[in-house]
Amino acid sequence: MLGLSKKDTTFLLIVIILTLATPILLQPFPENSALAQFNAGYPDLMQRFAIFGIFAIGFNILFGLTGYLSFGHAAFLGVGSYSVVWMYKLLSYNVVPGLILAIVVSGLFALLIGYISLRRSGIYFSILTLAFAQMSFNLAYSVLTPLTNGETGLQVYLNDPQVLMDESSPTSPHFFGIVMNESVKLDVGGWLFTFSNGYYFCAIIAIIVFYLSMRIFRSPFGIMLRAIKTNQTRMNYTGLNPRPYTLAAFVISGMYAGLAGGLLAAMDPLAGAERMQWTASGEVVLMTILGGAGTLMGPVLGAGFIKYFENIFSKINDNILHTWFAALPDGIEDAIVFLIHPFIGKGWHLTLGLMFMLVVIFLPGGLIEGGSRIWNAVTGKNRRKKHDAEHHPKPAPHVS
Amino acid sequence: MSKFELNRRSLIKSGAAIGAGLALPTIFTSSARAYLNEPKGSTVTLGFNVPQTGPYAEEGLDELRAQELAVQHLNGEGDGGMINTFSSKALKGNGILGKKVQFVTGDTQTKSDAARASAKSMIEKDGAIMINGGSSSGVAVAVQGLCQEAGVIFMAGLTHANDTTGKDRKANGFRHFFNAYMSGAALAPVLAKEYGNERRAYHLTADYNWGWTQQESIQKATEALGWQTVENVLTPLASTDFSSYIAPVLNSGADVLVLNHYGGNMVNSLTNAIQFGLLDKMVDGKQFEIVVPLYSELMAAGAGANVRGVFGSMNWNWQLQDEGSKAFVKSFGEKYGRPPSNSAHTCYVQTLLYADACERAGTFDPCGVVEALEGFEFDGLGNGPTLYRAEDHQCFKDVLVMKGKENPTNEYDTLEIVEVTPVEQVTYPPNHPMFGGDEATLGTCNSGA
Repeated sequence: MLGLSKKDTTFLLIVIILTLATPILLQPFPENSALAQFNAGYPDLMQRFAIFGIFAIGFNILFGLTGYLSFGHAAFLGVGSYSVVWMYKLLSYNVVPGLILAIVVSGLFALLIGYISLRRSGIYFSILTLAFAQMSFNLAYSVLTPLTNGETGLQVYLNDPQVLMDESSPTSPHFFGIVMNESVKLDVGGWLFTFSNGYYFCAIIAIIVFYLSMRIFRSPFGIMLRAIKTNQTRMNYTGLNPRPYTLAAFVISGMYAGLAGGLLAAMDPLAGAERMQWTASGEVVLMTILGGAGTLMGPVLGAGFIKYFENIFSKINDNILHTWFAALPDGIEDAIVFLIHPFIGKGWHLTLGLMFMLVVIFLPGGLIEGGSRIWNAVTGKNRRKKHDAEHHPKPAPHVS
Repeated sequence: MSKFELNRRSLIKSGAAIGAGLALPTIFTSSARAYLNEPKGSTVTLGFNVPQTGPYAEEGLDELRAQELAVQHLNGEGDGGMINTFSSKALKGNGILGKKVQFVTGDTQTKSDAARASAKSMIEKDGAIMINGGSSSGVAVAVQGLCQEAGVIFMAGLTHANDTTGKDRKANGFRHFFNAYMSGAALAPVLAKEYGNERRAYHLTADYNWGWTQQESIQKATEALGWQTVENVLTPLASTDFSSYIAPVLNSGADVLVLNHYGGNMVNSLTNAIQFGLLDKMVDGKQFEIVVPLYSELMAAGAGANVRGVFGSMNWNWQLQDEGSKAFVKSFGEKYGRPPSNSAHTCYVQTLLYADACERAGTFDPCGVVEALEGFEFDGLGNGPTLYRAEDHQCFKDVLVMKGKENPTNEYDTLEIVEVTPVEQVTYPPNHPMFGGDEATLGTCNSGA
């Protein structure tokens, strides 16, 4: 179906079902239980899952396929956001013109940066992209303040032109009248499910771009990109010039990032310069590696994982811990809270760092590898030894 | 003719279908409320959104301490703190409107994006009805915008840029902290008195929104008194070494250095300036001086001995001797074993002010709270008689001019109060050009219904 093999079609269908059912899946605990703290089914976080999923899918087209590690993708994210907010300011709160502009502008920007950066490969490429991103960040933060409103972030003001706005237009981002921050709440026996317009908008776009990335992975173009990752020198010797391919991959992934940035602003009409900071670029690298670089689903999982930690773990504080362990004797309760304290609240970075280390050391293929190992253990396939040539280099052959 | 057959199976099926059909409308009714996050049970949830990581983590931590203390006092635990000295007697120590106060916390990371994500999760997931906190103007403006869109009240924490209640003012947002304009207006006369009217100032300014408004304010205020501005150099926010910016000061002919820096920036630039021996220089027979417009206890502690004799301004200081300040310092000190910072004070006061406004309005409805806070005059919260101005939701009260203490007796005793500038001297019209002029409007209150 849709130019996909039977296996891929099934995979896509599973992804679609999972994505559409997210508001239910992420709300496993009833509202009033102590574990409700771990529920993630509220609109803002679900939107972030979808948006950073898109960002990571796009990044993976470059990093996962060609092996070019860009440390500057946050720049495109920021460009996308600024485009959308500017369209709000000039036209109206309809997200469509903004999103189109976001993709176009980030594509052009990626073409410029890619054209220069891709003259080098490996670490030099990474440093070049990092330099460009940091430059964009500093420009957005101070020099270009008339355009970006600097540190405060670009917002829509009541006295902006908004030429397409009339009396009946919604006053927050909408898709032809479907207002993003509206949602339907469903209360089923203690469970509260929130079906938000914004989430479904992002989710549908995420599914479309996931399908696109699937097609890219399976296409001859995708195979070319893999060839670049495997052995660029050999590709050169066969008379193929890899640069157009890498540049195309760079621009495509830049457009994905621009779309993600645009969607961020479509959900929440603000564009901040921090979105372009190098930490944001680093984050998408982490997402991709954590989930499994070069796999289709991995980056999305990684994105979800990191955003979950950022939003759920950072909100657990000592008071909440005390209520959890209230049943224990006071001394033990305090001891447990003291032990857990460094890993929650402001310590969420530490927890995430530890998880990242564990994943990189024990599961070089990311969460996807973990998942497939569990699957194999369950189905008994683990005895069929499959050697991961890339991440566990073979010992050099003995030469006698 | 259709056959109508009734058997057990179809009866159960249609019964279930009808039941589901009848139940359907009732499931959706739960979302029908008068306003967003209306507290239905016996508790009300406040959201405390402060930086717990990043450059202002120290300030954030202190704010969190004060917010926890405020919640205790509202629920009638502890000694009641400033509730006892507050001029409005609506708060009874039984929560807000009889509902016990709960709170959730989040980490803004001093990034607009992260702060908005965290505030959103408080509003959407935890049902917070008010957001309080923040240690940076960019974050405050961003979160204030979010609260306006969502329909909850934002009680700003430490935010000093003019824009928060200037061009970015919002109907749902309120600021108790003072601002850059007030700093300039309070500092300039003291500086003129101490250093004379014929000074040449050299500005180093953090290159972002707060830095610019701060620099603009202090330049206007000092020039009005006869000072000249030699040069204004913008420094990147991420700088940690300011040596290259300090060296040109020596040859510029300036005799006062104004550091429009905050937090770690200020600690570093001040340390660099001292290392260059600027304070020992004489220029045209005048002693060289350094000014830091916005002080905080935590910065002063970071800069150590370098702050000695350096002037700056503050919103509040724990050394104030009025009843409110004494009560607050006492309960804060008893709980945490240290005096509160001025960011802690503003967050504590904001939480009480919000609770009091709900009591007086008789509702948690944001529009009712806005009405109760607008034009509200109060006293007993540490700053003397204070007005929450209706036009821009900015508090007007006395401003403190501070000086780094020459002989500190302990680690918290780093600053001394030089002057309490009366409120009349720092008041400005709501349409002042530095505050967005005539174009700035609050808009209308949003209750999220």
